[in-house]
Parts: sequence; structure tokens; C-alpha cells
Amino acid sequence: MMTQITDLGVTAIRDGFRAGDFSAREVAEAFIGAVEKARPLNAFIVETPDHAIAAAEQADRDRSEGLLKPLSGIPIGMKDLFATRGVQTTAASAILKGFEPTYESTVSAKLFAAGAGMLGKLNMDQFAMGSSNETSAFGNVISPWRRKDGANTPLTPGGSSGGSAAAVAARIVPAATGTDTGGSIRQPAAFTGIAGIKPTYGRCSRWGIVAFASSLDQAGPMARDVRDCAAMLEVMSGYDPMDSTSLDLPVPHWEAGLSSDLRGKRVGIPKEYRIEGVPEEIDRVWEQGIAWLRDAGAEVVEVSLPHTRYALPTYYIIAPAEASSNLARYDGARYGLRELPENGSLTDMYEATRAAGFGAEVKRRIMIGTYVLSAGFYDAYFNQAQKVRALIARDFQQAWDSCDLLLTPTAPSAAFGLGEKSDDPIAMYLNDVFSVPASLAGLPAMSVPAALDGQGLPLGLHVIGKPLDEQSVLNAGLALEERAGFTARPEAWW
Amino acid sequence: MSSYRIQGATGDWEVVIGLEVHAQVTSKAKLFSGASTEFGAEPNTQVSLVDAAMPGMLPVLNEECVRQAVRTGMALEAKINAWSRFDRKNYFYADLPQGYQISQLYHPIVGEGSIEIETEEGAKKVGIERIHIEQDAGKMMHDQHPSFSYVDLNRSGVALMEIVSKPDMRSPEEAGAYVRKLRSILRYVGSCDGNMEQGSMRADVNVSVRRPGEGFGTRCEIKNVNSVRFIQQAIEYEANRQVDLIEGGGSVVQETRLFDPDKGETRSLRSKEEAHDYRYFPDPDLLPLELAPEFLEECRRSLPELPDAKRRRYQEQLGLPDYNASVLTAEAETARWFEALIAEGALRQQRPEEQVAKAASNWLISDLFGALNRLGKSIEESPVTPAQGAELLALVADGTISGSLAKQVFEIMLETGDDPARIVEERGLKQTSDTGAIEKAIAEVMAANADKVAEYRGGKDKLFGFFVGQVMKAMGGKANPQVVNELLKKSLA
Repeated sequence: MMTQITDLGVTAIRDGFRAGDFSAREVAEAFIGAVEKARPLNAFIVETPDHAIAAAEQADRDRSEGLLKPLSGIPIGMKDLFATRGVQTTAASAILKGFEPTYESTVSAKLFAAGAGMLGKLNMDQFAMGSSNETSAFGNVISPWRRKDGANTPLTPGGSSGGSAAAVAARIVPAATGTDTGGSIRQPAAFTGIAGIKPTYGRCSRWGIVAFASSLDQAGPMARDVRDCAAMLEVMSGYDPMDSTSLDLPVPHWEAGLSSDLRGKRVGIPKEYRIEGVPEEIDRVWEQGIAWLRDAGAEVVEVSLPHTRYALPTYYIIAPAEASSNLARYDGARYGLRELPENGSLTDMYEATRAAGFGAEVKRRIMIGTYVLSAGFYDAYFNQAQKVRALIARDFQQAWDSCDLLLTPTAPSAAFGLGEKSDDPIAMYLNDVFSVPASLAGLPAMSVPAALDGQGLPLGLHVIGKPLDEQSVLNAGLALEERAGFTARPEAWW
Repeated sequence: MSSYRIQGATGDWEVVIGLEVHAQVTSKAKLFSGASTEFGAEPNTQVSLVDAAMPGMLPVLNEECVRQAVRTGMALEAKINAWSRFDRKNYFYADLPQGYQISQLYHPIVGEGSIEIETEEGAKKVGIERIHIEQDAGKMMHDQHPSFSYVDLNRSGVALMEIVSKPDMRSPEEAGAYVRKLRSILRYVGSCDGNMEQGSMRADVNVSVRRPGEGFGTRCEIKNVNSVRFIQQAIEYEANRQVDLIEGGGSVVQETRLFDPDKGETRSLRSKEEAHDYRYFPDPDLLPLELAPEFLEECRRSLPELPDAKRRRYQEQLGLPDYNASVLTAEAETARWFEALIAEGALRQQRPEEQVAKAASNWLISDLFGALNRLGKSIEESPVTPAQGAELLALVADGTISGSLAKQVFEIMLETGDDPARIVEERGLKQTSDTGAIEKAIAEVMAANADKVAEYRGGKDKLFGFFVGQVMKAMGGKANPQVVNELLKKSLA
């Protein structure tokens, strides 16, 4: 079978474009066509073919003049959490329907400046709150994957970056941006058989990203493989004086530094991550991952992260607390939805606008967040959670005495059916059990596809690294990827 | 101890007052955005994406505002916290786009300090509890539309210092003195223009009453009072209200009240039960604020001489009376004008400053202030410059003109803006010590008033002044009065 352009990932397109195998316009048109065809996935909220074409034409002109930028000729998908100038940006919420920013987020601006074009704004869980993409005001994203039981049950792509994951997995974009607050890049990557990395907190500027939980939110790439993630992350990272929490450090050349030789590296296996009720298949893939890393030359050691069991409750206090405050600005006064009951007061406008504009999960988290910050409960919940967060970070700090990386499963299960968990928030929150601790500690972490489960659905492995050591995380990811030889892809049913 | 008491039906009551002063920080840009802070611009023309709380916008701290708060803390001899942090104060209102105000509840930038005020009982120290920096809100406009309110976000995000006193004041006068002194220090430091009419300074006033010597009573907070006079009125009204309440068998309820300047009374805004739950928590968009020793040193070095120190120096080095020193140092602009005046004066008269200071201070306080008062001008708008003032005083000192001629010349200076030497020259106002001319005038006056001369010589000494006046009149006011005195005494003897 002849290779189609849409089969190619970021670095393959880049290299083919540079070699003159195809024009950027051909690439853009191929993906635009794929996006149109894949509408049943509901991965996009807005399609922006004009943007992709304009960037492609620019790339073709540049190439003829000998000017090649890092992402020249690459069209990508943009999670709808990134503000894009003149293009509707909603965070998948009705409260921002129709909102077109007059500004461009730092990360999307960096991608465009590097030559990338945009195929559209990707669907997601509303305000990035959710693990299944079922909280979007624009409908569920449907995973391109199906179980092999023949029942064709629509499955979740995971969340919150579900549109990004589905689009990359369905080969309708070579790569996409994601954001990760408690696992929102890694869990959907695992569910859809792709790679995704959340860098160290502060690597990517948060300026222009609709805020969910400011102390946790980090942007990162989602792509077909580790190399593509490295190439994307290099462009997305970098100090931004407009974000006070941005790290003023040079961006390493991660792609050039890729090596799957892990000799001299020690990989820790946190014993507290062996939790009851996790399917045997997850454990099996984890054991397989350990063997692969050993094979790549790493020394494997058992480590302890004693406060792991408090990570989920801590996360579900801190993230909603920050969200309850971050989302106060959606009040109907200046932009987005305004619901004004007849003869209503200011308070009536607030209540009606927020009641109509926010989805149920967003409201739940605002309520939780408001509660844990209120007088009389602040010390018992928020303050306590802040202290536990420090202990969780210390756990990792101490683990680095005996290892350089940690290996865990990404999620406690493969993708589940849409609707299967949506009325049980606790079961839904448990999806983040392996991903949340690294978020609380601000550590770089990535998911790579490792195997298929009995139903033919992807399972991911999760590598956590020391602060700023994205290189080791990517290298371990590469070692796993090479040994997993994961070539499975969803069969197009759309 | 203040002797101020509310005389109740059941005895005397003491008033306890604490003030939270909100002072707008002098800076070109807002606390967390680059938008301009200039007063009086068209509504919503000084609003950045951050100030309007657009999705995804982040605050970036303006270092100049930090510098001003630190300098203010240093001027109040307060503890500067090298580590502080910003918190979000959450509440919904249309003038608050973010839905929270970025403030400092838990770890303010400045800790305890003090201000010395003058009271009837002498000098008194009022404690400063803390100073923190925070964002101002926008401004509601309720008169633009029949059924909607509009909001102007120009002020949204402007930096404020909240300067919190301890409950150390015991009378409306002490509160007034505290605000005036604080305002004076802020203006010296240059960290706030102190302009209460434009809202650059406003106070929340906490008032309670108690029997002298007993523990604190329940306090009420009167919000947003914007002049010294209103602060004093509000305290007086509120203290009397509380006394009446208690003596009538009721009790004071902790609440927030508003002062109505038209009626001169306070009224309830909301009770403690209705108070907002602000859900303060550390702002995750901002890192803790850490101040380097070099930064603190630079702040300290940039502080000007402050009013108390200046006043002592005026008394000790320049030999000014306490009253003059106190009047001249109350406002930074006055002191600046005075110092320019004596520097110029010393130069012109070739004498050290301490020898020209006293006459200069008297002239400034009586003549210049009198004129400015009459013209309704501030000292910065004075039509006469310090150099011109010094020239005028030098003309008096070297005997070119008399004190009374000087007043005449000064009036002309105010009107025309001309230099005094030129006025004296052009209008021939130079004082004369020409004994020939004066003796001639004396002879004429004596001839015309032979009867009075006889009376004087007969022992009516009081008539001497009459002769001086007549001679001066005959000389057109230009005769040197000392010479006139001497020659008259001789002639009349």
C-alpha cells in the first residue's frame, strides 16, 4: 500500500517537505480532507482550513527562498483551551460560545512562528475538567478505537485533551497541543495509543491558555511518537515574561538528544502504585515495561512514595479551589454568554449566566472549590491539601536519591465506553490515580503506547522524571517505544 | 492620654479609633499590567487584557509599586518583610472583572511601624499594624442609562497600599492628625500624591467606645471616607451613636457602615452575618515576592529627609521657632520652596543660611502664605519664585527698601511677576538715607506743626510717632525709618 501523507508524523513530514517530496500545500490539503472526513469523531469544535493553507503557502514560499523553520509545512490541531486570535476559543464551554480572542496564546504563537499551521480547534472536556471528554458543551468526542467484540460501543478518547488524542490517533492531524492539569495529556494519549508529554511546570507559558488550576496547568504536545513529541515540545517551551511562573531557562535540544540507550540510568518502581482492583492486564504491561527498560540498559529499583494514596484527594481539593476562583470571571459582563432575566439585578445576571453557561461537572468543581476555601473549612481542606502536596513533592525528591526516573502505568484501565462512568464522579476521578502525583509535584511525565489489551485497545506506560529532565523522560519513552513496536492504529470506520 | 470624652448620661466614654488608609501608589503603570494609571482619562481607555480579565490572562508584578510600598514602610520605620505573598480575595461585583482582588492577607510586604502625631497633650506615637499592596477595582457609573449600570475599568488594577493602624487613636482630632501626618509622609516619599478629592487616599474608619481604662468595645467599620473633615465627623457621630445605644440598654453590633456627608451621619451597610466570605488563598499565578538586600538598600538610599527629621533640623541648625519649623515641614512642597528660598538668600546676602532663615521663614509664613491664601493658590502655583522672594528679602536686609516698602513691592510682584529689584528701580521705590533730604522734610513738618512740637517738648512723648508718620509721608515712604528716627529725635530735643 502506498504511504499517504496523513500516515506521516511531524518529523517525517518535516523531513519529506525539506527533501522536496511534497509541498506544504499538499500536506495541508491532505489533512484538511482527513479532518472533513472524520467529522463523526467530533474531534473539532472549529475547523480552520484557511489557517492551515495560509501557513502552508507561506512555508512553500519560504522553502523556495531557502528559509526552513522548525515546523514549516506542518499543520497541527489546537486544543480549544489555547486562545487563538480571531478564532473562536471556548474551552468547550457554552459560556464562551462565540468568543474570539483579540490575542494569541504564547504557545500557539510560538508554534505559528515556527511555521506550523492550524487545522482547527480541538474538542475537550469543558474547561479541561473531565477524563472522558463527556463534559464538552459541543458533544462527546468519540474515540477512533473500537473494541474487537463487534458491538461498536462508542468509546471515550479520554480527557480532557480528548479531541487532541482522537485526532492524532485517527491520523487526521500529525500532532496536537494538549494541556495537562492532573493527567489530561497522558491519560488520553494512553487511551488512544499515541505519545504525549507534560513537561516540568513552568516550561511552557500559560499566557493565553484558559486557566483551570493555575498551579498545575501545563501545556504539552500529543503526537504519534516520542520523536515528534520532542520536536513539538522544543517549539512550545521557553521563558515568557508574561507568565510569572514561567521558567527562565534555555530550551534544550531534546530531539537531537534522543537516545534509547539507558545504561547508567536507574528506574524506580514505586510500590505504592500497585493498587488493588487494577486489571491484571495493566500489571502485565507494567512488568513488560520494566523488562524493556532493563533491556535498554537501565537498572531497575523499587522505591517508595509513601504519600501516594493522598494524591487524588489532595488534587481534588487544590484543583477545584483554584478553578472556583479562576472561573469567577465568566460572569456575563464583558464577553461570552450573558443571560439577563427581565428586570433582573446584577446577581440575577450572574446566576442565570453561570447556570446556563457552565456544565454540570464544572459546577460541581466550582462548588467543591468554593467549599474548601470557605471560612471554617479552609484549614481543614485547602491548607491541609497544600501541606500534603508538599509531602508528595518531598516523596519524589527522596526517590531521586535512588533513581533517575519512575515507571508506572498511565491509567488504571483501557478506554471505557462513553456513558459508562459519567454518573459516578469518583470512579471517573480514579482515572487520574497514576498521573496526578507528578502533576502535584510539577514533574515532567509522558505516556507512550505499550500494548493492546484483550479487547484490542491501547494501554500506555508512564515515565516520570526529575524536574527539568525531560530528556531522560523522552529517552526512556523512546526505549519503551522501540521495544514495544506499537504499530496498531484504529481502523477507519468514520 | 487624650482627654477627649463622650459625656454620656451614665458617665464618660472613651473612643477607640483605628484606620485603614487606602493610598494609591504613584506609578505610571498598574500593579499587574502595563496599562496607564493617569487620572481623568475617557472611560475604559486605560484597560489592558489583564485588567479586563480576559480568558488566559496572567498578572505580572510591577516592580515600581513594590519599591514604593517598601519606601513607604521604611519611612514609617516599619519592618520590611523580605518574603511576602499575594492572595486572592474572592467576591463577585461588576467593578471586579477577575471575580477576585489580588491582595496580601497572610504575608504582607510591610509589618509593624509607627507615626508620631502632635496632640493637645503633646507628641504621641500611633502604631502601624501592617501595609499590604493590592489592586483597586473599577468604577460603577449608574447615571448613563435608565436601567443599566456601566462600568469604567480605568482604575481596575491600579496599585493601592492599604496602611492599617493599630487602634491607638482616642479622639477625632488624633485621627485627623494621623491622616494629615500620614499624607504628609506619603507625599514626602512620593509614593502617593495624597489627593483625597481624586480618591488617591481614602480611609476605612474603625470606631468603638469603652469606659476609660476598660477593654475594647465592639467596633463598627465606616467604609471609604474621603476627607479628613469627614473622618472626624464620622467618628464623632459614630461614637455618640454607640454611646446612646449602649446607654439605652442596647449593644453595638459589629457591622460595616457608610458615612453620609450630607446628613453627617453613618448608616448600616451590612452586618457581620451578611459579610462576604472572601475565600482568601495564595494566588497561584504569582510567585512569592522575595526582596533582595540590594533592592532594600536602594530603597533606603532613595528616601528623602522626612518631616520629623526636617523639623528638628530647622529648629536645631537653622534656629527657627518650633511653630515656624512645624508649618514649613508639614508639606514637602513648602519645605522645598523654603529651602530654595534660603539657599538663594544665603547666596545673595553672602551670609550662611542660618542667618537668613528666620526672616525668610517669617516672610514665607505671613506674607507669601497670606497672598497665596487670598489668591486661592497652592505654593506650587505661586506667582513668585523662591529666587524672587530671596531677592526681595535681600533688598530689605541691605536697607535698599524698608519692611513696609517690601510689602508694597511684593504686591506688585504678585500682580506682574516682575523681579523686585526691577520694580524698585523702575518705580523709584528705593529707600533713602540722604540726611539732607530727610532733615529738610523734618524742618517742614516741624514748621507746619509748631503746636504739636510744643506739646511734645512739653512732655507728650506719644506724639513722636505722629512726627515719624508725617516725615515718612513727606518722603513718599522711601526714607530709611532708622535715619528718620535718629534725626527727628535730635531735631525735637
